[in-house]
Amino acid sequence: MSFTIRKQGEIVVVDVEGQLIVGNRQELKQKVLDELEKGEKRFLIDFSQTGYIDSSGLGVLVSLSKKIREQGGELRLANLNDDLKTLFELTKLDTLFQISDSRERALESF
Amino acid sequence: MTMGKVALDITIPSDVNEIERVVELVQRECVAADMSPPKCALNVRVAVTEALSNAILRGNRLNGQRVRVRAAVQHDAFVVDVVDEGAGFDLEASTVDPTTPENIEREDGRGLFLMRSLMDEVERFQSNGNVVRMTLRR
Repeated sequence: MSFTIRKQGEIVVVDVEGQLIVGNRQELKQKVLDELEKGEKRFLIDFSQTGYIDSSGLGVLVSLSKKIREQGGELRLANLNDDLKTLFELTKLDTLFQISDSRERALESF
Repeated sequence: MTMGKVALDITIPSDVNEIERVVELVQRECVAADMSPPKCALNVRVAVTEALSNAILRGNRLNGQRVRVRAAVQHDAFVVDVVDEGAGFDLEASTVDPTTPENIEREDGRGLFLMRSLMDEVERFQSNGNVVRMTLRR
């Protein structure tokens, strides 16, 4: 399980490798908040290498989205697998986030 | 309450780092019981992950106690019990609808909702501990 953060133009791109679950969600939260504190405003989390997100992981995404919006920024998501899409649909979080099927499309959407 | 033919019965330390390993074991028994593999991979995985998180973080409250996980096969269902040493909780009162406009931006409150959405039945009762029983029908 690891998180990689890199800048692509004006956008902070976060890759989540493995799972986003109760054991590592705080690490992701802190990394994104650190970038937000540095003044970054646009964030994309890419889940192409993510097998699973549990409810606490979903909660962290909601909380980050809110904090980023409060600072005038935006958090977008990309590359959810079918199981993850089902979880987002069940919890209606697909209505809260802008979700793209590819990283390129997500980057272009900002 | 009888579960059916017990396929798995393990007791683990109350540690969130144990969740992934146990969920994998339960998932394997689910497939071995000829349940639908996609349902084992999504419904059972999500429900057991959430039940274990609740047992460890809310039931036992990180007090170094243990959690017991049993999985059983019935002719028409796969049943999983997650048993903690906490005081138990009111399932109905504790389940919120996280999809309403007032709740959708809450950080918590999706675990029980997902368990109940993805399993056919979720029950809670006391029997040598606080038992959360989840049933997935064939």
